Amino acid sequence: MITFDDVELRHDGRIVLSGVSGTIASGSLTALTGPNGSGKTTLLRAIAGLHPLSGGRIVRHGLEPADIALLAQGSQLDRSFPIACRDVVALAAPRVGPFRQIGRDQLAAATAALSRTGLDGMDRRPVQALSAGQFQRLLFARTIVRDARLILLDEPFTAVDAASTQLLLSVVHEWHAQGRTVIAVLHDMDMVRRHFPHTLLLAGQTAQWDADTGIQAA
Amino acid sequence: MLDFLLEPFTLGFMRRALAGCLALSVAAPPLGVFLVLRRMSLMSDVLQHGVLPGIAVGAIFAGLSVWAMGLGGVVAGLTVALLAGWLARRTGGREDSQLAGLYLLALAAGVALIAGRRGIDLTHILFGNVLAVDDPALFGMAGVATVTLPVLALIWRPLVLESLDPGFMAATAGRGGLWHLIFLVLVVLCVVSGFVALGTLMSVGLMMLPAVAAQHWSNSLAGQVRTAVLLACLSSVAGLILSYNLDIPAGPAIVLTAGALWAFSLIAGSRASLWRQAMPDA
Repeated sequence: MITFDDVELRHDGRIVLSGVSGTIASGSLTALTGPNGSGKTTLLRAIAGLHPLSGGRIVRHGLEPADIALLAQGSQLDRSFPIACRDVVALAAPRVGPFRQIGRDQLAAATAALSRTGLDGMDRRPVQALSAGQFQRLLFARTIVRDARLILLDEPFTAVDAASTQLLLSVVHEWHAQGRTVIAVLHDMDMVRRHFPHTLLLAGQTAQWDADTGIQAA
Repeated sequence: MLDFLLEPFTLGFMRRALAGCLALSVAAPPLGVFLVLRRMSLMSDVLQHGVLPGIAVGAIFAGLSVWAMGLGGVVAGLTVALLAGWLARRTGGREDSQLAGLYLLALAAGVALIAGRRGIDLTHILFGNVLAVDDPALFGMAGVATVTLPVLALIWRPLVLESLDPGFMAATAGRGGLWHLIFLVLVVLCVVSGFVALGTLMSVGLMMLPAVAAQHWSNSLAGQVRTAVLLACLSSVAGLILSYNLDIPAGPAIVLTAGALWAFSLIAGSRASLWRQAMPDA
């Protein structure tokens, strides 16, 4: 469970959100929506503990940083780096510290995650050779191996074709079925209505819980 | 022909220079590969100028002691590297412009400090002098190589992760700054350790040119590191032979050889080379 208590967020000194209160239940599947610049990414980063609060508090009820996985939009991952797909995924496995050897299970988990996201047989493929859609699948595979209780997705389906979107949505549903809490920033209202039981709409510096997305989309 | 190749190494000082340069050839290129991948090639440029005032101050206070000059160089190099990073963060400016400003200042300060002193030869500090590779200088190069390789092996994984995806590193493991700092210390140590034989301006050549060339031969990190070390060793041996036979300073000779290997890689390498671009199907 995550509880927001009168949260205020600033970006470069300017208030982007204020007076956000409410809860996100454990194991819930929530879409975070709102126009560009409404503070969706900032709120997501604040939930992950990566953006300071300028007011109020966010109570994470025992979630440690290791329990939270953030799939950032426009990931800073350097796509020209000479590294194979499986290594990128394996590096994200929990309990892979700076020094301990990456074990056989962790490599197997990385291979499994790659094939779950439709990247079968791409273990040794260099990251440079991936298309934009395949790259997004790779980021999903990396999020899978994190094995996190709270999963934060920032516009996870941009630059992804319809078939890939269906596959990645099934991964999101699987996370939900496993009892993980998932919060996703989305723009596609049709997808939100069909797949996301809960919504948090950000607009005009405030938040609205489970608003009627049909009206908002119009 | 055999004379041409072997005669230089019948002399003691050439063998010392060879041993020192080979030590540096094993330690420096892996760091260069990371500098290239992190788009920090300019940092090596900055350091080669940045260490100069420190070496000058060391020489002024302790005479021509390699240890004093080395220590001064390490302190000055780290100061410039950290100051540039700090300025860029504080002012929101780009790091490269801050670096360019700092290294010009450091070079000017170094030259100004050295120029007036008798007994300190500016060209030897800038371009090196193989005759001056005495025991302390040789131990310095070997010692730095001995420290660099295990430390690099220890910080390898966090360094890869931090270079690959700094945002992810910050969100999960944190402490990206610590690994970056250790890495910078290693780079400064390598630049400074080579200055007696190769000079401050040239020792960076053995770090960067093989690393840039290696990009044209391998698309794995380990492959690039292996190739870079191989090219650096080749440059050291061939450069010293040329230096002796053609009577040119060792630093420029080694860097010219490394440069020739880079040019060859750029033209004929197996990846992203001019040949590959001209003949995509070849």
